[in-house]
Amino acid sequence: MSHDDHDHEHAGSEMSDMDVRVRALESLLVEKGYVDPKALDVLIEMYETRIGPHNGARVVAKAWSDPAFRHWLLDDATAAIASLGYPGRQGQHMVALANDARVHNIVVCTLCSCYPWPVLGLPPVWYKSAPYRARAVIDPRGVLAEFGVTLPADVELRVWDSTAELRYLVLPQRPPGTDGWTEEQLATLVTRDAMIGTGLPLPARPSSQVAL
Amino acid sequence: MNGVHDMGGMQDFGPVVREIDEPTFHYEWERRVFGLTIAMGATGAWNLDQSRAARESLPPAQYLASSYYQIWLEGMQALMLERGLVAADELAEGRMHEPARPLPHVLTADEVATALARGAPPQRALAVAPRFRVGDAVRTRQLHPVTHTRLPRYCRGKPGTIAAVHGAHIFADAHARGIDQPLECLYTVRFDAHALWGADTTAATVCVDCWDSYLDAA
Repeated sequence: MSHDDHDHEHAGSEMSDMDVRVRALESLLVEKGYVDPKALDVLIEMYETRIGPHNGARVVAKAWSDPAFRHWLLDDATAAIASLGYPGRQGQHMVALANDARVHNIVVCTLCSCYPWPVLGLPPVWYKSAPYRARAVIDPRGVLAEFGVTLPADVELRVWDSTAELRYLVLPQRPPGTDGWTEEQLATLVTRDAMIGTGLPLPARPSSQVAL
Repeated sequence: MNGVHDMGGMQDFGPVVREIDEPTFHYEWERRVFGLTIAMGATGAWNLDQSRAARESLPPAQYLASSYYQIWLEGMQALMLERGLVAADELAEGRMHEPARPLPHVLTADEVATALARGAPPQRALAVAPRFRVGDAVRTRQLHPVTHTRLPRYCRGKPGTIAAVHGAHIFADAHARGIDQPLECLYTVRFDAHALWGADTTAATVCVDCWDSYLDAA
């Protein structure tokens, strides 16, 4: 599903039809007293700046560094993640899925766009798109190839379709060459896609450590 | 409902297109639709499963041709019209002609952080013991309701194994029909990918979260 091409035609010149329509809707709902526009501003600001994959990266980095936390995360992800300060909407029932040398997990919502907001923020467009929702459950290896990820043929691909209110977070394997790294350094290697299962963590390069 | 939103296993949509350094929102109207959707959801005029049902009730061709926030906008508007919260001419003009209907709640700016942190946990205590245990063989039912369901078409009537028992959760299918707090035991069911797709798959297993009503013992 592409974005509204109509919007592109109008970009920079005048307000698009969608802008006009949504402004009219917002004024109506404010006039009726159904919504407080300041609440909208706060909501938008939270998801644009504060809630995002950097939260999940901190969870993963801690699990890589602290065996007791890793155990807790795999046993009760909701509590373990809440302990780091990321509870809430679209993450009330978290499940962590550990990748290892034999198993690779990949998460999808074939029916809509269910995604663990507190740890990953709002989903990217591709996650909500027809191509991903259609193919992840039948041909995850083909999808991974499009993301530039090729796994050995004997790695088992496990797909998780988020049909209820459980939300899944993939715990990728810790990259080699990161012995002695701090949690903050490790978190810089954890990508959003690695926590969905469509990517792998960034490789450790000496420069990434020196830069910190 | 056997709608086009139920996309698992469909073919020929083309490659997954990624955007490098994708912004959270692409247009100002997407920001406002996101905020309006969450704020209207917080009024209690409808529940989350009713919003999902409204979005997937868009005409199939329109659903496929719309961006995700356009789908959210259409769904929210349909829910408001259905409940008489707004009238069609008011939407067209962006001006109020009829008095507001009372709502259970209006979300204020200083409530946002606590409301989001709290969320609305769907899990409750279950009165009856779960029917299945981890490792039990089950088969999903052949269900084709015309109303909202969270059992995807690709895994109906299929054999699977209980991989996890999650206790009582609000049963989405009934919740979308407006039933208050319909609790059922929720399970994660693991399917061998070949049982779903024959030889035409690169997955080993597919796990799907299934309420009790979706399952029979096998």
